[in-house]
Amino acid sequence: MTSRREFLLSTGKMLILTGAAAQAYEHVLAGTPENAPNYKTSEHWWAMAIDIEKCIGCGGCVKACKEENGVPKQPFFFRTWVERYHVKEGDAEHPEVDSPNGGYDGFPEKYRTKDNSKSFFVPKLCNHCAHSPCVQVCPVGATFESPDGVVLVDKSYCLGCRYCVQACPYGCRYIHPETNTVDKCTLCYHRITKGLTTACCEVCPTAARQLGDLKNPNDPIHEFLRQHKVQVLKPQMATGAKVYYNGLDGSVR
Amino acid sequence: MEETLLSAVQGYMYPNEMELQWSVLIVLYPFITGLVAGAFILASLERVFNVAAVKPTYRLALLTALAFLLVAPLPLQLHLGHPERSIEMYLTPHTSSAMAMFGFVYLWYLMVVLVLEIWLDYRKEIVLKARSERGFLGKVYKVMTLGVDNISPESLAVDEKVGRFLTVVGIPSAFLLHGYVGFIFGSIKANPWWSTPLMPIVFLFSAIVSGIALVLLTYMFVSAVKGRKIDMPCVDTIARYLMYAFIIDFSLEMLDLLHRVYEADESFKSLDFMVHTKLYTSQILVQIVFGTLVPIGLLAMTQLVTLTERARKGIYATAGGLTLMGIFAMRWNVVIGGQLFSKSFLGYTTYKMGFATREGLLPAILLLLLPFGILWVLIKLLPPWESDEAAPSEGPPSPEPLPAAAASDPVEAL
Repeated sequence: MTSRREFLLSTGKMLILTGAAAQAYEHVLAGTPENAPNYKTSEHWWAMAIDIEKCIGCGGCVKACKEENGVPKQPFFFRTWVERYHVKEGDAEHPEVDSPNGGYDGFPEKYRTKDNSKSFFVPKLCNHCAHSPCVQVCPVGATFESPDGVVLVDKSYCLGCRYCVQACPYGCRYIHPETNTVDKCTLCYHRITKGLTTACCEVCPTAARQLGDLKNPNDPIHEFLRQHKVQVLKPQMATGAKVYYNGLDGSVR
Repeated sequence: MEETLLSAVQGYMYPNEMELQWSVLIVLYPFITGLVAGAFILASLERVFNVAAVKPTYRLALLTALAFLLVAPLPLQLHLGHPERSIEMYLTPHTSSAMAMFGFVYLWYLMVVLVLEIWLDYRKEIVLKARSERGFLGKVYKVMTLGVDNISPESLAVDEKVGRFLTVVGIPSAFLLHGYVGFIFGSIKANPWWSTPLMPIVFLFSAIVSGIALVLLTYMFVSAVKGRKIDMPCVDTIARYLMYAFIIDFSLEMLDLLHRVYEADESFKSLDFMVHTKLYTSQILVQIVFGTLVPIGLLAMTQLVTLTERARKGIYATAGGLTLMGIFAMRWNVVIGGQLFSKSFLGYTTYKMGFATREGLLPAILLLLLPFGILWVLIKLLPPWESDEAAPSEGPPSPEPLPAAAASDPVEAL
């Protein structure tokens, strides 16, 4: 016998969320999405494809991420941010890089064309490495690689020792000033396990960022990886990074 | 705070890098554990390698090591975002994490090596004190006997044997303790300033250097305060070992530097710029010139020129002080220096130390003074020098003239 309260709750959920998401909702909330009837962690392997040619530096992704994930608004806390590179012809060793407020408000025009240089935007986020140096060093295992390939943090377990922040070669982690624990991109785990895409991908006006499931043979990411010359950031770090960039210039670090 | 952080940045840093993660407290951690390991290794010289000349400092070195080891985890605790969860490192250690091993290495070293060795070495005196002292102090000694009051010659001979064995185990343990601290930094591939297999070895030798310097200074200071004569052959020997260890340490650091300069990999320009600007004072001047070359030069002078006792004492005190300053600067340059440049190699930030904040200068100074307070108490409870008076008659003669109980009132003994 369903009480009125239960009936209203479940109907509400069904109305607000998609049917599939509603089914998984409780399990995701409980931190056990693998138990959700329609989400099997073993059936996914998450990655992201970023097309630098398409990024216009609007900063929508940065805003959406901060909104969605409660990231502090100050300019030194980011789960994702956008960098602008300015490279003089043939001088990949000395790029000029800026990221005012992480690209949150977009980029004020700064460079003129036709000065023998090129400019482009590079969105950055956690690379959800398959061999994460941050996970390796955590003294208590509070940060871990989920079976579906996402690097996550258990906030209730993190000591706040900051060793993982030191170990990340990409600068993707920060200490959340309210919880005093480490925070980072979760690839919007609360969304992707419900069949949605990440907040940053959702709002990207040019589809420069696309979430991909490498275990899903029908996912467009396979086409992206086949059709483009892709590269990951700092490949020499051998971290098994899973954010694949098309059009990544050699000057980007 | 926002403006300060942003204004501290030159060039480009990843946004999350603007805030420095590890403060002066994390500088203290390798500095203090280094002193522990070094002091212990000096103590073991006498016991394992039979360097009789350093005997007067044997017990003092052990007590110094203990005093500093007790303080070693405090800066870490103060730094943690959630110190109340630190017990999880023991309960659910992550086996691939170097840091997770800290708790175990620490406990092993504290309980199995240091405390046990000190207890065995002092057991006879503790039992005698427990018999003679009354009141609160008597109770303290009684507890310290751990209920064992057999001090027959056979029993003491066993103590001696076990103690010697412990020292033998203790040497690799001391190496482990500090080599491991070096590994914490040396194994971070993301940070080229830290990532070198030489790091544990450099840390180890600098630890030995700092520990020897500390015991040398403490011995001279305590003797002066107590009005006891400084045993010159002893300090001469210690100073000589200090010089040898320092030369090895300096050679290793220069090897590291040479390697970096010659290889000049992708990080080199960035690090080179940092050493010439933000780290110039602390690295070139304080660490290398005044903290290494000057003390090595001073110590070398005592080997080459015949000097009066007074002059030698002055030189040892100066060299010892400069050495401690230099090693502290080395820890500073590793920990803080490793965070001043961006992992993009395109920018630099500045470390702004607070004063009376949780991770500021004041707690750092207090944490550095605390071990001396602990040492003072330890010296009162367990006087490290041989007594001027005869040992109480109830004590059986020891097989070799062990340092007997100190003056009957340990409070007066100081």
